[in-house]
Amino acid sequence: MAAIDLAGVKKTYPGNVTAIHPLDLNIADGELLVLVGPSGCGKSTLLRMIAGLETVTEGEVMIGGGPVNKREPAERDIAMVFQNYALYPHMSVRGNLEYGLKNRGTPRAEIDARVEEAARILEIGPFLERKPRQLSGGQRQRVAMGRAIVRHPKAFLFDEPLSNLDAKLRGQMRVEIKRLQRSLNTTSVYVTHDQLEAMTLADRVVVMNAGRIEQIGKPTEVYERPASLFVAGFVGSPPMNLFGTDELKTEAGGSLPESIGANTGTIGIRPDAVTLSANGNPAIAVTGTIELIEPVGGESHVYLRLPKTDRVMILVVRGHEGVSLAADLTVHLPVGALHQFDAGTGRRID
Amino acid sequence: MQTKRVVFSNRGLPYALLAPQLAITFVFFLWPAGQAIWQSFLREDAFGLKTSFVGVENYLRLLREPDYLNSLSVTGVFAVSTTVLSMGLALLLAAAADRMIRSRDAYTTLLVWPYAVAPAVAGVLWWFMFNPTIGIMSYLLEQLGYDWNHRLSGTDAMIMVVIVAAWKQISYNFLFFLAGLQSIPHSLSEAAAIDGAGPVKRFFTVVLPLLSPTTFFLMVVNIVYAMFDTFGIIHATTEGGPSQATNILVYKVFEDGFIGLNLGSSAAQSVILMVIVIGLTVIQFRFVERRVAY
Repeated sequence: MAAIDLAGVKKTYPGNVTAIHPLDLNIADGELLVLVGPSGCGKSTLLRMIAGLETVTEGEVMIGGGPVNKREPAERDIAMVFQNYALYPHMSVRGNLEYGLKNRGTPRAEIDARVEEAARILEIGPFLERKPRQLSGGQRQRVAMGRAIVRHPKAFLFDEPLSNLDAKLRGQMRVEIKRLQRSLNTTSVYVTHDQLEAMTLADRVVVMNAGRIEQIGKPTEVYERPASLFVAGFVGSPPMNLFGTDELKTEAGGSLPESIGANTGTIGIRPDAVTLSANGNPAIAVTGTIELIEPVGGESHVYLRLPKTDRVMILVVRGHEGVSLAADLTVHLPVGALHQFDAGTGRRID
Repeated sequence: MQTKRVVFSNRGLPYALLAPQLAITFVFFLWPAGQAIWQSFLREDAFGLKTSFVGVENYLRLLREPDYLNSLSVTGVFAVSTTVLSMGLALLLAAAADRMIRSRDAYTTLLVWPYAVAPAVAGVLWWFMFNPTIGIMSYLLEQLGYDWNHRLSGTDAMIMVVIVAAWKQISYNFLFFLAGLQSIPHSLSEAAAIDGAGPVKRFFTVVLPLLSPTTFFLMVVNIVYAMFDTFGIIHATTEGGPSQATNILVYKVFEDGFIGLNLGSSAAQSVILMVIVIGLTVIQFRFVERRVAY
C-alpha cells in the first residue's frame, strides 16, 4: 500500500505528438481514483506510465514516495487488470494466479495460501484447474482480478476492466470491485470512459480531455460544480443542457436575471433541475414543443424543441405526468441551478 | 468450428465444382502413385525387353541393401537438422523483426527474398560460396584453421546441404512465425512484464507456448519439405556424394530409377517414401497436435 504521486508528468510521442501535457496528481494511500474522459484523452497513457509500460518524457512518477521512472514494471510492485483481461491462455486459472508469485520466488506454501485466499474472496475456487477459454466473461474478469490481488501489490491499476462485459454483469462487477477495494484498502487507479462507472466507483474523479486534467474532485463535486464546459458536457446522463447566453436570452423573452455576468458565454442546466413550475423561486421560463418522450421507468426524459433558436432542451420528469407528445410546454430554469461558463476560457464562473 | 451445410438446387453442380480439383489430384497424384505401386512389383531386364512380376521382391532387396539403409539414416539426419536450423533461425529473426515498428515491413520483404530463389539456383549459389578452391566461405573457414572440402568430407557435404536447404526455408518459416507473434496480444507480454518476468522468461513461458500451434504446423511442413522438395538442392550441389553421404531417399529414387534404370526398385523406394511421409504427418497431427492446443 502506498501513495502515488505524479509531478510535472508529460508524455510526447515521436513526431512531437503530446499525449499528456505536464500535470500533477497526488493519489492518497488506499484511495480509489478514477481517470475518466473520452477516448484519446490520455487517461490510458497516464495509467500505463504509472505501470511503467510507457516511458515518461518529463516529470517524475513516485510510488510510495520513491521515484520509479527508471524502474521496470516488475519492480514497481503494482498489479494491473487489462481491458481484455490478458489471461495466459495456455495456463490454468491456478497457473495464471501463480505466475507472478513464482517469478518472484515466493515459497510454495505461501503461493498456495495466497491462491486459496484469492479464490475464496473472488469465489473462483471451482474453476482453478480450468483454462481461461472455458470460462465466461465474468469469470475471466474475476481471474484477472485474482491475478492482481494474489500479489498483494502496492497499487492496483485498472484499464477499462469492465468494458468487455454486458451491461448487467458490468453493474455487478462494479459493485464487487468497489467492495474489494474497500476491504483490501489498496491504492487504486481506475481508467474508464464510462462516466457512470466513474461516478459510482470513485473516491475522487479526474476528468481528462486532450491530455489535460479538466477537474479533480469527489464525484458529487464534479457533478454539481463542473469546473469547465467540457466537464459539464461530459459528466451526467442525460447530459447537461448548454445554451449560449444569447440563445437563452432569446428564448426567455429578451432578458436574463441579474446574476448572469457579462463574461458568461454559456449557461448550463441539468435536465433534472429543470422544473415544470417555478414554485415561487426566481427562474427563467422558456416554452417549447415536446418532440420526444423517453420513459426510463420511474422517470421520463423529455426532449423539448425551443422554437426561437431551434435548440433541444432535455428535462427529467417523474413518471410521465403532465407531458404529452407534440404539446407545448413551459418549463422553469431555477436561477440557483444554473451553471455559468466563461465565454473565452470555458471555465466555470461562480 | 461450425460447419455450414450448403444445399445446392442442382444435384450435379457440387460435383462439377469439385471436378477440376479432383481431376488434378487424380492426374498428378493418384494415377502416378498407383503406377508407382504397380511398378514396384515388377522387374525389367536391362534392355527393357521383358517385364516380369516379382511380388514384394523389390522391397525385400531394398531392406537388405546397405546403401538404402544408409540413405534412410542420412535422410533422418538431413530432415531433422534442416528443420531445427531453419525453424530456429526463422524464430530468432521473426522475434527480432516483431520488435521493430516502422522497419518491420522492410525486414519482412528482405527476408522473404530467398524463398523466390529456385532450389537449384540456391544450391549453386552456396556451392560456389563453399567451393574449396574459389569459395569465400571455405576461404574464411581456412583462415579459422578448418580445411573445408565437401567433395571429400561427408560431414562437410551434409553441413552444406543442410545450410542450403534451411536457408531456403527460413523465409517461409519466418513469415509464419512473424504472423504468429503478431497475433499474440501485446497485453499478454505486458501482463507478464508486470508479473515480474524478464524478456527472456516472457519469451519462453508466454510467447513460445502460444506459438506452439504455429511451431507444430511448421515442423510438419519442414520435415515434408526436407524429405521431398530438396531434390534440386542435392542435385545441384553434391549429387548425393561424397560416397553416399548426402544421398537422401528422394535423390536415391531418381538415381536408381533414371540413372541406374532399375525402375522396379525406384518405384518401391518412392512408395516407401510416400508411406513414411503420410505416416509422419498422421502421427504428428494425431498425437502431437492434441498436446499443443490450449
